[in-house]
Amino acid sequence: MAPTTTPTAPAGEAAPARPRGLARIGELDWRRYVIYIGFVVVFLFFAVLLRDEGFLTVNNLLNIFRQTAIITVIAVAMTYVIAAAEIDLSVGSVAGLASVCTAMALSRWGLAAGIVAGLAVGLIVGAINGGLVSTLGIPSFLVTLGMLGIAAGIAQWITASAPQPILNDVYNLVFGSGNLGPIPGLLLWSAVFVVVGAVVLAKTRFGRQVLATGGNRTAAEFTGVNTRRIKFSVLLISGVVASIAGMLYAGRLQSGRFQWGTGDELSAIAAVILGGTSLFGGYGSIIGTLFGSLLIGLINNGLILAGLEASQQQVVRGVIIILAVALARRK
Amino acid sequence: MTQTGNGARQSENELAVQMRGVYKSFDKVSVLRGVDFEVRRGEVHALAGGNGAGKSTLMKILQGVYPLDQGEILIDGRPVRFTSIHDARAVGIGMVFQEFSLVPTLTVAQNIYLTTEPLGTGGLIKDREASRRAREVFREMQVEVDPDATVADLSTAYWQLTEIAKALAQDARVLIMDEPTASLAKHEADALFDLVRRLQARDISVIYISHRMEEVYRIADRITVLRDGRNLFTRALSELAPEEIVEGIVGREIEGGMLSWQERRLPEEPVPLLEARNLRSGRRVRDVSFRLHAGEILGLAGLMGSGRTELARCLFGVDRLDGGQVLLRGQPVGLSNPRKATAAGIALIPEDRREQGLVLEHSVRDNLLLPLLARIERGPFLSDHAGNALANSLIQRFAVKVANPNRPVRLLSGGNQQKVVIAKWVAIEPDVLIMDEPTAGVDIGTKSEILDMIRGLADDGKGIILISSELPELLAVSDRVLVLRDGSIAQELPRRDIPDEESLQLAVQGI
Repeated sequence: MAPTTTPTAPAGEAAPARPRGLARIGELDWRRYVIYIGFVVVFLFFAVLLRDEGFLTVNNLLNIFRQTAIITVIAVAMTYVIAAAEIDLSVGSVAGLASVCTAMALSRWGLAAGIVAGLAVGLIVGAINGGLVSTLGIPSFLVTLGMLGIAAGIAQWITASAPQPILNDVYNLVFGSGNLGPIPGLLLWSAVFVVVGAVVLAKTRFGRQVLATGGNRTAAEFTGVNTRRIKFSVLLISGVVASIAGMLYAGRLQSGRFQWGTGDELSAIAAVILGGTSLFGGYGSIIGTLFGSLLIGLINNGLILAGLEASQQQVVRGVIIILAVALARRK
Repeated sequence: MTQTGNGARQSENELAVQMRGVYKSFDKVSVLRGVDFEVRRGEVHALAGGNGAGKSTLMKILQGVYPLDQGEILIDGRPVRFTSIHDARAVGIGMVFQEFSLVPTLTVAQNIYLTTEPLGTGGLIKDREASRRAREVFREMQVEVDPDATVADLSTAYWQLTEIAKALAQDARVLIMDEPTASLAKHEADALFDLVRRLQARDISVIYISHRMEEVYRIADRITVLRDGRNLFTRALSELAPEEIVEGIVGREIEGGMLSWQERRLPEEPVPLLEARNLRSGRRVRDVSFRLHAGEILGLAGLMGSGRTELARCLFGVDRLDGGQVLLRGQPVGLSNPRKATAAGIALIPEDRREQGLVLEHSVRDNLLLPLLARIERGPFLSDHAGNALANSLIQRFAVKVANPNRPVRLLSGGNQQKVVIAKWVAIEPDVLIMDEPTAGVDIGTKSEILDMIRGLADDGKGIILISSELPELLAVSDRVLVLRDGSIAQELPRRDIPDEESLQLAVQGI
């Protein structure tokens, strides 16, 4: 046990510190898990309300996964960005640009070129975002807001706003259209991202340094974390992952279009925040993000089955997101 | 347990740190001009000096934050060259920061091993192992801290213990502590001193930066005083009187100017400038009545929790009055919010200047001008020209040491930050100025400047309410002292009736 030969005040205070720790479990932890509680509540609500509309069928549930998979992929990378106290608003239009670049390169030079072109879009955009933020110190909000417009504009420009069909069956099968047995390929893609993302964030030095950079940049810097490199890395990752998301759109819809991914940045940010990641950085949960994304998909699906119009869906979705974030709010 | 470092032996290898002839300038302003500094093994070495003497620059060079322009550093007798914090850490230099260097969202153990996490297969962090090792470090320190607690949930004392553990976990042989007791309660500070002694017994050297003489005498073996970027002297504390240190820091005899009271002539006016009648507010202000005359300095003494700060807050309209009345020049005034108080001519210089008094990221100029915007308006626009002129005149009048008024206020020393706060509020020409602990965390030289400033303001006819837990300071400037106890005025003492600090201390303690 603790040596008591030397009377030290902090040791004496450790006793009252205990109950405070216990009280924390009662109070704070349910806030951290509010996303899971919310997910179950909404799920049960729809399961009862929409049992006659086929909500609980395997097909519909797989549909929810399929529809949320791409957002989940983007949101995993977004979790890193937000945990490092940055933001990436360009992911949606990067996905669109990657989808058209992949489609165009693919139809001209074949499969490999298509994939390389798509990834290159993410690498270039991510490096520019990360470079501007980490070396020039421009806020990521502004850099990526500008990039949102630039990427969307280029995608529209080089295609003259025309869809770019993809006729390569291998590509389409691998990137989103195919299934592995009964399991949709998209689901596997998102599973891989979630698992790798969760392990790297929680269990590697890189992940720890992302959290430290977001939690207190000065402290991290003084401890020897290269916080510039961390900020560069998360934005680079976010760009690359967004381009993969764009390639998944292209494969699933068998064409590249500048519209793919439009507005996904907001869905991804909502998923991340719903999942309990702090918008001020320092705390991040990939599993939370997965459930945040699924919750949004669940709500969309349920509202469609309930027969609400698109306009009404938007309103309900917004209310639920604000409500969930308000409940999960930490001081 | 090999040695205590008190002995006179001083062979080369007994010195943990030697810095020789260190020069450093920033933007052509030389901060260090050939400083020699040495620390023995297992020694607690105090480092003192006024604002701008070069203490923090010297320490940042020792930590590898700044490169030196000239000079050399020897650690354990071997010359070293630091290009980063890593280099300094690698040879055993550890820092316990004043502005803490912990990530609040991570746990204690995660912070201690940040960047040096124990890794398992596949490069995955072994958090349990880190936790176990952290527990081991705390056991050696003989303190009890839960390694798995999130840092944000812990009190300041635990943050500091975590910082020390972090340095020790990296095998620090020299610990730099910058004002470590500034935010600790007394019993926590006592525990810290015990810990420092145990570290010393393990042959770890501690460089102890502090403004508090009492602490320095209690804990340190030797002291180095810096002045104007040079080492003024390094001497054993056992052969040094406190006055010599203070004189060394300030560079002149301050006893006469600062701590002794000068009788001031007060015009007795029939109508007091401010009168409080039976004020009640919340639980801490229960029944307070007093009068303040123009040109008078009224000291408010009392223990923590006696209602000093709360009284100031309700006079400034921050806290609501539950009862009672405030009269300015005989006219009742409503003080339901700070804007009304300001309009009535009352200003409050708050206790926590960093939180409540300054926008740290903004420039000195912008901070100064914030309450004065109306004065530099030309039509609907703010005039840069008028603003610069006003800011510069304030900087001059209050002797704020800043090279360029456009530098962010956070880069200033504590004393200079406090001058900015005072300047900002004095500039709006209030009739009544309430100051809550205006000299907290300020070095002795600046402290005497601030006290002089207070006297000057009273001479200009302002009424001043000075709240301070440092009794010598209250005695130095107050014309009258009110002793608060449990939310009401226990005693009202004209300054000439207080013979010495001890009798005021007794009055405050209620003995």
